[in-house]
Amino acid sequence: MAFEALGDRLSGIIKKIRGQATLTEKNMDDMLQEVRRALLEADVNYSVVSGFISEVKEEAIGQKVLNKVSPGDMVVKIVHDKMETLLGAGDNDICFRLDGKPTVIMMVGLQGTGKTTSAAKLGNLFERKNHKRILLGALDIYRPAAIDQLINLGLKCDPAIDTYFDRSGTLPPQIAKAAYEKAVKEKYDILILDTAGRLEIDEKLMQELKDIQSTVHVDETLLTVDAMVGQNATNVALTFSQTIKITGLIMTKLDGDSRGGAALSIKKMTGLPIKYAGVGEKMEDLENFHPDRMASRILGMGDIVSLVEEVQAKLDEKQAEKTSRRMMNGQFDLTDMLSIMKQMNKLGPLGKIMRMLPGVPKLSEEQMEQAQALLKKTEVIINSMTREERRSPNIIKSSRKLRIAHGSGSTPSEVTKLIESFENMKKQMTMMKNNPMLMSRFGRK
Amino acid sequence: MGLISFLKRKFGKHSAEEEQKIIDAETDRREQIQQKKAEKIQQQIDKPVQVIGDFGQVVKNPCPDDLKKAEEEAIKNRPKQIEIKSHEEIKKEVVVETEETKKAVTKYVAGLDKSRLGFTDKLNRLAHSHRKVNKEYLDALEAILFEADVSYDIIVDVLKEISQIATDKDVPPDEVNDILIDKLFISYANDGDSFSTDLNFAKNGPTVVFICGVNGSGKTTTIAKLAYKYKNRGKKILLVAADTFRSGAVEQLEIWAKRVGVDIISKPQSDPASLCYDALKKGLEDKYDLIFIDTAGRLQNKKALMDELSKMVRVIHKVIPDAPHEALLVLDANTGQNGIDQALVFLTSAPLTGIVVTKMDGTSKGGIILSIRHRLGLPVRFIGLGEKMDDLEEFDLDKYLYGLLIGKENDK
Repeated sequence: MAFEALGDRLSGIIKKIRGQATLTEKNMDDMLQEVRRALLEADVNYSVVSGFISEVKEEAIGQKVLNKVSPGDMVVKIVHDKMETLLGAGDNDICFRLDGKPTVIMMVGLQGTGKTTSAAKLGNLFERKNHKRILLGALDIYRPAAIDQLINLGLKCDPAIDTYFDRSGTLPPQIAKAAYEKAVKEKYDILILDTAGRLEIDEKLMQELKDIQSTVHVDETLLTVDAMVGQNATNVALTFSQTIKITGLIMTKLDGDSRGGAALSIKKMTGLPIKYAGVGEKMEDLENFHPDRMASRILGMGDIVSLVEEVQAKLDEKQAEKTSRRMMNGQFDLTDMLSIMKQMNKLGPLGKIMRMLPGVPKLSEEQMEQAQALLKKTEVIINSMTREERRSPNIIKSSRKLRIAHGSGSTPSEVTKLIESFENMKKQMTMMKNNPMLMSRFGRK
Repeated sequence: MGLISFLKRKFGKHSAEEEQKIIDAETDRREQIQQKKAEKIQQQIDKPVQVIGDFGQVVKNPCPDDLKKAEEEAIKNRPKQIEIKSHEEIKKEVVVETEETKKAVTKYVAGLDKSRLGFTDKLNRLAHSHRKVNKEYLDALEAILFEADVSYDIIVDVLKEISQIATDKDVPPDEVNDILIDKLFISYANDGDSFSTDLNFAKNGPTVVFICGVNGSGKTTTIAKLAYKYKNRGKKILLVAADTFRSGAVEQLEIWAKRVGVDIISKPQSDPASLCYDALKKGLEDKYDLIFIDTAGRLQNKKALMDELSKMVRVIHKVIPDAPHEALLVLDANTGQNGIDQALVFLTSAPLTGIVVTKMDGTSKGGIILSIRHRLGLPVRFIGLGEKMDDLEEFDLDKYLYGLLIGKENDK
C-alpha cells in the first residue's frame, strides 16, 4: 500500500512537469476537435455544437486531471457528463390529473415521425404500468387509413385499447371534443389524441392544433422527433413550440443506428424535456428516456464510450476498494452485496457480461432474462429491509420476513432463499480469506 | 459560363420578344435535325435490297421461296419514311414543351422556396457582408453547409479547396460562392449521361418497380403519386400491398388505389415474398404495364428485415428474370448524416436503381441529395415537392438548382 501511494505521487509530479495535471486550452484542444466532429456527424445542430464546445472548454479549464487518466480522456468524460445532465434536465414524467377528469395527451409532429405508433405505445405503457383506462382519439382525418392504423394498434394491446373515431368528415377539434366527452362519460383515465403529420410552417394545419388545444384542455402535448433527422430538427421543434404549447418530446426510431444528435440540439434550443424513447416495432417498445445512454450514443465512437467507462471505473475504484476490504475482513453484509450488484449493472445487461465470460455455458435468451429478473428481484428485496436487517440478516425471523416480502412484492420463501445465498457467499469469502494461495491470486494492482 | 447565368437563361423570365426568339431558334434547330434525319433514311430506302449476301452465308443453295421470303422481310424491315412535320407543327410542339417546362419549374421553385431561404439567401447575405474571404467567412460558410445536412466529408474537402483558391488568387466572396456551388454539384455534372429520369421500362411484359425505405419516409404516398403519374400516361397499373406488417398500411394503399383508379393486390398478414410471387403471376397473366411493390418500412440495422427484403427480390427475379426493373429507395429530405448509411445498407439487399427524395417542400435543405451523388453514385429519380398528387416530379438537376439557387428572385 505504501508503495502504491508513493507511485501515485510520483506520477502526479510527472504530470505536473508535462503540464497535464490540470486541463488547459492546449491539452484539451485535440480532443475537443474530435468531440466536435463526433457531434456534427451525429447531426447535432451546428450552432449548438459550437456553443456546447465552448461551454465545455470554459468549464473544464483548470480542472484537476485524475491520476492514471490522460487530459483527453478527462475532457471526454466531462463532455459526456455535461451532455447527460443537459439531456436529462426537466420533468421527464407525465403528470396525471388527480381531479377525476381524464388526462389528455396530444401527439404532434412532422409526417412520418411516428405519432400514431407512439400514441398506441403510450397507451399500452400507461395501461400496463399505471393500470389506467385508456382511450385513443383518431384526429388524423387526412392520411388515408390513419384511423384504421390507430384502431388496429389499439386492438394489438393486451387488453385491447378503445379508439374514438369519426369518419363523417367532422373536423379534428370537434372530434377531440367528442372524444373527451366520451372519456369523461365512460370514465377513462387518459385520452391520447393522434393528430395528422404536418409541416411546422403550414399555417392552416398549425391553427388546427391551436383550435384543438382551445377546445379541449390538453394536459400534455408531445412532439415526436425522428432520431434520424438532420440539422433541420431544431427549426422544426422551435417553430412547433413557438406556435403551440409543447410540454415534451418523444424520440422515435432509436432502434435504428442513427446517432440521434437532434435530441441534444432540441433540448438545448427549446429546453423541452425528453420524456420517452421509441425503441422497436412492438407495442412494448417504448421506454422512459435514458439520458446516459443517449449521451454515449451521440458521442458515438465506441472507443470514446469505453474511455468514458474507463474514467468512470477509475472514479468508482475507491468505492470498490472499500467494499472489497470489508469483504476480506469478514464484515461483508447485504448493503455491500447491493453495491456489488449495482456496479455489475453499470456494466450493462447481464446477458452481455455472461457471454463475455469464458467457460460459462451458453444460456438461452429466456434463461438470461430470468437471471436478470432474479437480480432485479434481489435488489428490490434488499431495498425493503431496514439498515439493521441488512447489517445482520440473522435477525430476520418470520414476522420481519413477512414484512419484507410484502414490501417488495415477493414471497417469504424468496426472502429466505436470498438470505441463504447471502450466507453462502459470505462463507465462500471467509474460505478465500483463509486460503493465502487464493488471496495472492485475487491480487491487487 | 457560370452555372447561375446558365440557369437564368434556361429557366428565367424572359420578355415576350425574347421568348419568341428562343422558340423560333429552337424550332429552326429541330427542323434542321428533322431534315438531316429524313435524308439519312431516304438513303437507306434507296439502297437496293441485298438478300443473297446475308443469306448465302448460312444456306449454300437457297431455294427461290426462301429467297423471296427474305426479300419481302427485308423490304418490310426497311426504315420507314419519317413523317415530315411542317414548321408550324414543330413550333407548336416547342411552345407546348416550353409551357410544360415552365410549369415544372414553377413547381420546383415553390417546393424549394423554404430551402432556398435557408441556403442560398444565407450564402448571398454572407457574400454581401464580407469584402474578403477570411477565417470568419469560411467559418460562416461551414455553418451554412452543415445546416444544409451536407455530409461531413464533403464539407471538409470543399472548404479546403475553396480556402486554397481564395488565398492563392484573392477571389472576392461572391465569386467564391459561385465556385462553391460548382464544386458541390460537379459530381452531378460529371455523370450527366447516366441520368434517365423516366422509369426504365421492360422490353416486353410488365415493368416491376420495387419501393423500399425506412419507416415513415413516405413509400406508400410515393407509390400513389407514381401510379397517378403513369395512369395519366395510359398505363395499366397494379399496386402490390407487400407491407403486410404495419397496421393500416394495406388499407392506406387500398384507399389510394381507389382514388387513383388502379388495381391492387393484397393479402394481409401473409409473407410479403409470397405475395410478390402471386402479384407478378397476376401481372403477367392480366398483362399489366406497371407493377408497383410497396414494402414495409425497415430500419437498415435490422438484419432479419433486410434479409426479408432480399428474399422478396429473389422471388421477383425468379418469376420475371430481368425484374425488378427499378428498385427505388425512398429517403426523407429531413434525414441527416444517417441517410448515406441507409442507402449503403439497402444497396446490399436490393438492386437499387435510384432514389426518391420526399418531403422536399419542408424547411430542410436536402443536403442529402448532394451526398447521395458523391458517395453512392445513385441518381435521384423523383423528388416530392408537395402534398398534392401531381407534386412528385421527375428529378431534373437544372430545375432543382434553379429552384434552390435562384427561385423567385428572378421575378423582380
